[in-house]
Amino acid sequence: MTDQAAPPPKPGFDTGLARRRRWKLLLAKQETIPWRFESTSARVDSKFFTGLTGFATGLILVILAVILGNILVNGWAGISLRFLTSGTEKDMFDVDKAGILPMIFGTAARVILMTIFVIPVGVITAVYLTEYAHSTSIFTRVIRGAVNNLAGVPSIVFGLFGLGFFINFVGQNMDKFLRPGAAEPLWGQPAILWASMTLAVMTLPVVIVATEEALKAIPQGLREGSLALGATKLETIIKIVVPQALPGILTGGILAVSRAAGEVAPILFTGAAYFMATLPKSLTDQFMDLGYHVFILSTQSPNVEKTRPILFATVLALILLTLTLNIVAILVRAQMRRKMRALH
Amino acid sequence: MSDTSFAQIKFKTVVPAPPPDDSTRNTALLETEGLSLFYGHAQALKNISLNIRERMITAFIGPSGCGKSTLIRCFNRMNDLIDGVRLEGKVRIGSQDIHARDVDVIELRKRVGMVFQKSNPFPKSIYENIAYALRLQGVRAKSELDEIVERSLRGAALWSEVKDRLHESALALSGGQQQRVCIARAIAIEPEIILMDEPASALDPVATAKVEDLILELKEEFTIVIVTHNMQQAARISDYTAFFYLGELVEYDTTNKIFTNPAKKQTEDYVTGRFG
Repeated sequence: MTDQAAPPPKPGFDTGLARRRRWKLLLAKQETIPWRFESTSARVDSKFFTGLTGFATGLILVILAVILGNILVNGWAGISLRFLTSGTEKDMFDVDKAGILPMIFGTAARVILMTIFVIPVGVITAVYLTEYAHSTSIFTRVIRGAVNNLAGVPSIVFGLFGLGFFINFVGQNMDKFLRPGAAEPLWGQPAILWASMTLAVMTLPVVIVATEEALKAIPQGLREGSLALGATKLETIIKIVVPQALPGILTGGILAVSRAAGEVAPILFTGAAYFMATLPKSLTDQFMDLGYHVFILSTQSPNVEKTRPILFATVLALILLTLTLNIVAILVRAQMRRKMRALH
Repeated sequence: MSDTSFAQIKFKTVVPAPPPDDSTRNTALLETEGLSLFYGHAQALKNISLNIRERMITAFIGPSGCGKSTLIRCFNRMNDLIDGVRLEGKVRIGSQDIHARDVDVIELRKRVGMVFQKSNPFPKSIYENIAYALRLQGVRAKSELDEIVERSLRGAALWSEVKDRLHESALALSGGQQQRVCIARAIAIEPEIILMDEPASALDPVATAKVEDLILELKEEFTIVIVTHNMQQAARISDYTAFFYLGELVEYDTTNKIFTNPAKKQTEDYVTGRFG
């Protein structure tokens, strides 16, 4: 069809003919490009950067292997059933007498308690931020900024915060109102409860961010489908949205556990004890902790040679405990995902 | 009107029953009056006034972005979910202004169901997908749930295909089956109006034909408003067709008239495929 024969386009509507002619011209032009594929300098660059990124990755693996290998080799000899199942009553620093059961118990207990505190608060905050708050409002931006800043606060500051807020403010006031006249403070002193809560505050950002990501990944169509059936927003969130986000929430939990298990600074003032004759029996008891024990072993020992094996063994126990807690959480998440796929 | 009039019970506002009418199917059930909608400063709907007749299929056609989906989402107030939406004018169902302050949007949506363009079954079993809204409404008895689930799946022409795997995930079904689960889910709570936003646009021709047959059957009980890009589909199934262009209602008439003898030049150009 020649230009002259083409009907004039109708006013207001594009017939598409002009567009098709332009497209044909474009196609004709492209056929004149010769079919050659020459190597250019870009391929050399590409090889160089492949090598560079590969080297960086390899370096990290080597560093990790050196650290873990060192701990495993030096610590394995110190791990024994007696070491894992006895306490420090006889001698804390002697490789033949010391044990770490109270520290394993204390660390596991504080991490589990922390998870119980941090998950509900973190999930509810994330639900508010993604489902209720207007993402552009100043209030939401302030909360988001606060959450991000919380993640950057040094852990020793959390320790001081825990001491000042949980023990000196919350705990002492609880003593004042719940047990007036009592001579000894019950709540207003370092305890596993306050240490766990301090850790929960510290790991809150991790849980909030992970949950938010999980909630954002849920298609809007699911929410609309539920609302269109006459479900309220709350019903939609509880029955459709949050169940879908559970694996993501658990990922947040796993990250929080990993971060918290090895932290010592936040529990220094809030609950960790140098020595306790018995295991903690209530939430208001203090506890012994693996990470803190490592610090004690490496700074307080009267006999360095006798202490060194248990030092490595304690570090190994801490790593294994973190690994175990992680594996449990990962298995729970895998089970959850399987269930969601298979359904009922 | 049908046996339960829209104005009678479920809305919080009491409104007088509409006058009795012999030709129930020609009663206007839903009407918009001077409806304009703005997303921020952009106007998506311009002064739309139309009536949707009871137990008829009304099709909305028009090029992408013409506002037909936006309009249908006004009828069950799904636009409430979008920030910065502003409405002018009225949408009335059975003479009740559904944007009035005292209207409970939950009650509205129970009676104005919706089927979406992208099928969105919940990640639950087929059975639970349909029982979901019933449970929310307080239906607890297993026998009653079983009965309604079966009736809804039969109503959605899906029962024979899924009756042996009701407790398997709805996500394992084909696209067409998933969309029919969504239709079954919508009809389970017995709305009076079903809004369908391009329900067959993601389906292959065979699945589309099934969904279309189903829509024609549903017309016996429900008032259906369907948005479609497919002009043949509108011609095949609808009784009335409204043509929209750039947020304006260009022409609204019986489907026969729109497709054979439209009054406006723009409508003719669109339905004959000369633009769009």
